[in-house]
Amino acid sequence: MTSKAVLTGTHFMSGDDACAEGGMAAGCSFFAGYPITPATEVAERMARRLPQVGGVYIQMEDELASMAAIIGASSAGSRAMTATSGPGFSLMMENIGLAAMLEVPVVLVNIMRGGPSTGLPTLVGQQDVMQARWGSHGDYEIIALSPSSPQESFLLTVDAFNLADHFRVPVMILSDEIVGHMTEKVVIPKKEEIKIVPRSKLKSGSRDFIPYYPDRNDIPPMVLAGEGFHLHATGLTHDEYGYPLITPEAQERLVQRLVRKIRDHTAEIIRTEELYMEDAEVIVISYGCSARTSQEVVEIARERGMKVGLLRLITLWPFAESRIRELASLKRVKAFVVAEINCGQMVYEVERCAGGKAETVLAGFMGGRIFTPEELFCIIEEVTG
Amino acid sequence: MKQRLIDAPPVTERTGWCEGHGDHPLDRFLKEGRIPHIWCSGCGIGIVFTAFLKALEKGGFSTDKTVVVSGIGCSGRAAGYLNLDTYHTTHGRAIPFATGLKLARPDLKVVVFSGDGDLFAIGGNHIIHAARRNVDLTILCINNFNYGMTGGQGGPTTPLEARTTTTPYGCAEHPFNLIYMAKASGAVYVARWTALHTHELRGAIVAAMNKRGFSFIEAVTPCPTGYARRNKLGSTLDLMRHFRDNSFITDELDPEKTALPFNPKIAVGTFVDIEKPTFLDMYESCIVSKAGGPKRKKQNRNRRG
Repeated sequence: MTSKAVLTGTHFMSGDDACAEGGMAAGCSFFAGYPITPATEVAERMARRLPQVGGVYIQMEDELASMAAIIGASSAGSRAMTATSGPGFSLMMENIGLAAMLEVPVVLVNIMRGGPSTGLPTLVGQQDVMQARWGSHGDYEIIALSPSSPQESFLLTVDAFNLADHFRVPVMILSDEIVGHMTEKVVIPKKEEIKIVPRSKLKSGSRDFIPYYPDRNDIPPMVLAGEGFHLHATGLTHDEYGYPLITPEAQERLVQRLVRKIRDHTAEIIRTEELYMEDAEVIVISYGCSARTSQEVVEIARERGMKVGLLRLITLWPFAESRIRELASLKRVKAFVVAEINCGQMVYEVERCAGGKAETVLAGFMGGRIFTPEELFCIIEEVTG
Repeated sequence: MKQRLIDAPPVTERTGWCEGHGDHPLDRFLKEGRIPHIWCSGCGIGIVFTAFLKALEKGGFSTDKTVVVSGIGCSGRAAGYLNLDTYHTTHGRAIPFATGLKLARPDLKVVVFSGDGDLFAIGGNHIIHAARRNVDLTILCINNFNYGMTGGQGGPTTPLEARTTTTPYGCAEHPFNLIYMAKASGAVYVARWTALHTHELRGAIVAAMNKRGFSFIEAVTPCPTGYARRNKLGSTLDLMRHFRDNSFITDELDPEKTALPFNPKIAVGTFVDIEKPTFLDMYESCIVSKAGGPKRKKQNRNRRG
């Protein structure tokens, strides 16, 4: 069974292309974007691929518009995505808040490059991690996934659509220039083997409905445009009917639910990968391209008899809080070394969760290149003493 | 952290104090219990809003297949009163939101109902590009020459030397001519009417909604609280008299000559009404056919009558 949307087979493919194919396999039918290095390849592939399956590709005038357009398309029932990098990511912040507030599922790929400002268009960075979590104003939750390979870029993009539709939140793929431009083997499974979690939708026909009345998981079934429900959706604080209600009580009910629908379900969202953890005394925590070098370093350390393990964060947000607390409370665990290409972002989350029970050390590299195994190894050696 | 406030009953009742809803023929286009609206007494938005309701009725547009997207500001609040699918989005982004919605569901009529500041200042980039692409949208722009919601600040349409809270010495910037700009950007239907011309406005909305492509209507409206008061233009009644005495209907005037100076003759009428393939027409004929993709759902056909 061949399908135009799912390119079943073995490919030699870049991380950017794999994100696009992940979207295609997940049934994405709308892409709005704006060219930006190093994420342009995602848009280029979507421009070629979407018309083949009846989807729409549109190049918008900027990233503000791209984000608004995918929220509009998703409100009308399409699975919709965009792709960008740092400067465009900053522009998208405004409407990430809108998607969180209207609870419209969208997928946003950020192929991270070095910043601030125009920074390093063609070179790697991992500096948007905190922006991904906190970049739009107000309180809300999002989900962010971090692939370490093109294969994972494909798989996580499929997962991103499922998570977005299930939880009705914006889901981000926080890839980076190295993973995005790296070309490796990507195996695309058969269409029937790709799990698609559909949106929970309100059944049409019923006029007596409350569009933002949550189910027992705090997630309201979605009402789409053009189904006869006459929904009102607003970015203002609103009640369960969707009508603006500018009171502290309405704010408390709404914002707490927006946050709780993710925080109460972290166990089903968070994924990590562990290596040599059984007896590890020093644990390297890393993600994205940094996790590849980190794994190499952990292997080298093990060869030299050092008790070093690796915790790779696949889900960045919500943060793998309970696992890190658990590890920190083990007597044998002396330190966490957080390897990332920034001046220290996730390290503060790790430090918070470690709660002083284990030392937390930043292995922060400034970007523009991936750190060498030797550079990270030296830091680990210092920690192990 | 795990307070379960959600178990309490919803904070508002949907119905209750809306006795009398349904008695007026246009009430079916209004959400029960949402009126009174927030607009000041004497505000022209209500007149344009009513013209829109009448257009829905006259044009026979399905309330299930018509979607209104609005931005932020006084005009943006119109979405919340309409008994249609309505989206009250972020400031300036109504048009790209509506673009995504229209392209995902070409069978829906999508109307953007917003103000001059939202559409031409913060959203200026979006309106020119949506017009250039000829996305099949109807834009209803309420031009009241200032930012009403935030208390009467100067904006992209504030006339030279006009006083607003942020132009206390008079506005020193040249305003946009919205008609000229819409035409230059590629709109296929461009009209201007004032709040006095309710019938013409209604007719223009029906025509614009039936037009395939990017249609733009400027509704010049009084803002007695924000703009008129500071410029000593009198009450809404005075402004309506002004519209009556100083407007002239023309279908031929070059859009370049339709600018609205401070104390003007106001040119009203239909300035552009042409045919051009829409974004989706071009997408279909130029892209999908070459990509070997399946035909997409048809857009609403031109329906006159």
